[in-house]
Amino acid sequence: MERFSGLSLLRHAMGGHQGWKPFWREPEPKPAYDAVIVGGGGHGMGAAYYLAKQHGMRNIAVLEKGWLGGGNTGRNTTIIRSNYLFPESAALYNHAVKLWETLSEELNYNTMFSQRGVLMLAHTVHDVQVFKRHVHANRAAGVDNEWLSAAECKAFCPPLNISANIRYPVMGGALQRRGGTARHDAVVWGYARAADSLGVDIIQNCAVTGIRRDASGAVEGVETERGFIRTRKVGVSAAGNTSVVMAMAGLRMPLESFPLQALVSEPVKPDFPCVVMSNTIHAYISQSDKGEMVIGAGTDAYTSYTQRGALHMTSHTLDAICELVPMYRRLRMLRNWGGIVDTTPDRSPIIAKTPVPGLYVNCGWGTGGFKATPGSAHLFAHTIAKDEPHPINAPFSLERFTTGRFIDEAAAAAVAH
Amino acid sequence: MLLIPCPFCGPRPELEFRYGGQAHIARPENPAALSDGEWAEFLYLRDNVRGVHAERWRHIHGCARFFNMLRDTTTDRILTTYKTGEPRPEAV
Repeated sequence: MERFSGLSLLRHAMGGHQGWKPFWREPEPKPAYDAVIVGGGGHGMGAAYYLAKQHGMRNIAVLEKGWLGGGNTGRNTTIIRSNYLFPESAALYNHAVKLWETLSEELNYNTMFSQRGVLMLAHTVHDVQVFKRHVHANRAAGVDNEWLSAAECKAFCPPLNISANIRYPVMGGALQRRGGTARHDAVVWGYARAADSLGVDIIQNCAVTGIRRDASGAVEGVETERGFIRTRKVGVSAAGNTSVVMAMAGLRMPLESFPLQALVSEPVKPDFPCVVMSNTIHAYISQSDKGEMVIGAGTDAYTSYTQRGALHMTSHTLDAICELVPMYRRLRMLRNWGGIVDTTPDRSPIIAKTPVPGLYVNCGWGTGGFKATPGSAHLFAHTIAKDEPHPINAPFSLERFTTGRFIDEAAAAAVAH
Repeated sequence: MLLIPCPFCGPRPELEFRYGGQAHIARPENPAALSDGEWAEFLYLRDNVRGVHAERWRHIHGCARFFNMLRDTTTDRILTTYKTGEPRPEAV
């Protein structure tokens, strides 16, 4: 792998930038691998990287049915935070935030991670009580989070309208200063480039069509559009299509897949200094480095695989944003799109072994998987390599739906998050 | 937005309806007799079909009645609706 640096940039500039090489190879699939990851998004690509880097498994492949990062990795609103209520979740997401902080150096690739702060607004007495509880729980768990009054929110994010004349006035907010955003494409490209240099085969346009099991029930390999690939370990990291892939091994999952939409505006000058989220009135907004306002909407009501949703979902979010930041009423929206998110009954993810020996699954991230990318990938690689979960992801098992030991962040946040 | 043909009221916009999840999941007659695994299966495991999906809807801002619908989850095209208690029709 060519190391990127100021010097390498200068050297290529002298050569008229004609000498840049592709970031990764495009190999033909081999007949057999030590492990195969299904899904070339951030979570899957990252898992392949950590398998190669930390667990010495170099003879592995990532199978992607489309192109790298073309699913939810390229469709999210890039928000990163770890201010979750329960100790299991706070530990999981904070593990990810810590990895984010060194990821660009680790991969020698600029992920444009920006810890500009995530401000979650409270609009009702109930919000205030819940967020203060979050702040205290987070601080007890060693996760930074602090309470701001409405005036302090305005000082931190001047475009906000904190006047009393809106339908749900801002009553304060919880600020996580270590939260922020990252360039979503760069994350998967950085992982892919680093994994490829360690010998990982990245095979795009290669959908898995079956999972073959031997007489004992263990995984024997995967059928793909480009032939059978023998392997004893399969890690499924297929987001909205996880139920479809797991059904190939005869497993039903506690998952439902819903469309989730996002949209961006025309680019404008930098004026929005942080990420603002409002669960109560459903506004999620930040400004990309290109200047676009990046806006997230809610999930549609029904399950779907169409990667599109209904207009009333996005207009509902825009109503809230126009009231919260009145100057954006004149802003034009450029593009909107949908992704398919797999949600669990308790709205917490599953990173676990399955009842099928050799089959592992990382799914159920619902509406908030991007923030966890490095942590999730790191823990999934550990689970696959050691055939047992890391202590951080041990609570995020499939069995919790049988034992009832939920990590019920849905109830804690009272909204999809 | 879906235009949903309520079997009682005719076609109405999706906003009048509430989605009710996968259809034809019968509550076990005697839950106490089930194992934890069987109970979890009833409560949480879903087919999450990529293709024709039988699902429950309720016309909450209309006649308020439940009914079932066949919809293709790869296109969101609605194939048919039918009354609760009727068997699932052949996919059209």
